[in-house]
Amino acid sequence: MMMEVDARGLSCPQPALMTRNAIETLGSDDEVVILLDSETALENCTRIAEKNACQTSTSRKDGITRLRLKKP
Amino acid sequence: MSKVKKLTNVLFSPIVTGGIIGVLAPLLVHFGNPPNMGICVACFERDIAGAMGLHRASVVQYFRPEIIGFVIGAFVAAIVWKEWKSRTGSAPVVRFFLGIFAMIGALVFLGCPWRALLRLAGGDLNAVIGLLGLAAGVVLGTGFLRKGFNLGRARESISATGLMLPVLLTVALVLSVVVPKIGDGLAFFSSQQGPGVMHAPLLISLFIGILVGVFAQRSRFCTIGAIRDTLIIRDRRLLTGVITLLITALATNLLLSLLTDDTYFKLSFAAQPVAHSSFLWNFAGMVLAGLAFVLAGGCPGRQLFLSGEGDGDAAVFVLGMIAGAALAHNFGLAAIPDRIVEGSLIIGGPALPGMVAVGLGIVFCLGVGFTCSGKYRRG
Repeated sequence: MMMEVDARGLSCPQPALMTRNAIETLGSDDEVVILLDSETALENCTRIAEKNACQTSTSRKDGITRLRLKKP
Repeated sequence: MSKVKKLTNVLFSPIVTGGIIGVLAPLLVHFGNPPNMGICVACFERDIAGAMGLHRASVVQYFRPEIIGFVIGAFVAAIVWKEWKSRTGSAPVVRFFLGIFAMIGALVFLGCPWRALLRLAGGDLNAVIGLLGLAAGVVLGTGFLRKGFNLGRARESISATGLMLPVLLTVALVLSVVVPKIGDGLAFFSSQQGPGVMHAPLLISLFIGILVGVFAQRSRFCTIGAIRDTLIIRDRRLLTGVITLLITALATNLLLSLLTDDTYFKLSFAAQPVAHSSFLWNFAGMVLAGLAFVLAGGCPGRQLFLSGEGDGDAAVFVLGMIAGAALAHNFGLAAIPDRIVEGSLIIGGPALPGMVAVGLGIVFCLGVGFTCSGKYRRG
């Protein structure tokens, strides 16, 4: 299953909280993509993901970062 | 990870930023800033409000260059690291009033979270009460955050939005220096006595402000975020910076006491510099400030750094704090420090209007909290 969470324009700590909540619902084959538009939020969300042993990858387009999370 | 990237990660960590503030703030006192007030975002914005004649408390009027330095430093760092982005639209008017009440709370305690740490590092035990109040306010605020509290999304805006504070504060600082005082109301006000007259040389204040601004923008240093993130996402990254600030400021104060003839550390509750020892109001003032800061997304320092990197909503919060300072002094809401008259101690604290304002402020913040989270949230 693929989930998308839109955290664009939200201030701290909402993006991080949304990421944590998304990770909690993540099954073994699931993937979640977090949409972000600030470096600070990207750093925070990446840190949360790595703490929760998720694999992360990012791609950027038009000022929007897509942070892809997956449980190994 | 490359070696350069690893090095910049360490250099721009909250620990290094906390250390820089912890060392430089007591040094600013050494260079002339008021005792235990090397840096105080709330007090300094209050002094700026006074310098512009928005309030007429004659002892707290000085256009503090540190504040402008914070915004310029963050602005430069955001430009250099390509993070500058003009944005706004996340409930600016709510943020303005949160700024007003945050300032009232801080002026009932007599300091922002940074000054609470610096006061503690100078032996002022009232700061422990204030920090407990601050933590209580943040805990209350995180309750709303857990229920989905947010002030809505910000969107990219025209460049003018993000340039407002960095440019206009710089112009105002230059004017405050070059416009001679030609009579009351015709120029910037400056104190002739009291804390407002105590200040480090302008260029030292400005340089330290810019330096702190650069590091704090890169490290996302935030005293409110430190407590908040530890509580709700178990992330202690910012907390390490706050603890480092406290330890290095304590060490610097002790060192300065050893090396100079002045006292930088005095352990007591009563008669601390620019402080009062009314426990209840030290606590309650900071509950209000902590709650307002957490709802607005960061401590007053962080709001300045965000303003520098183009955040128009943070800029409105800053303007709210300056307006709050004006209200606090015009309506007699700010606390009066402890003082010694003819050898006997008179305990300070807020007068009745200040007490009422703290109560109203907490009710206001709870109202904002409830209407922007959970099932009551609309829009």
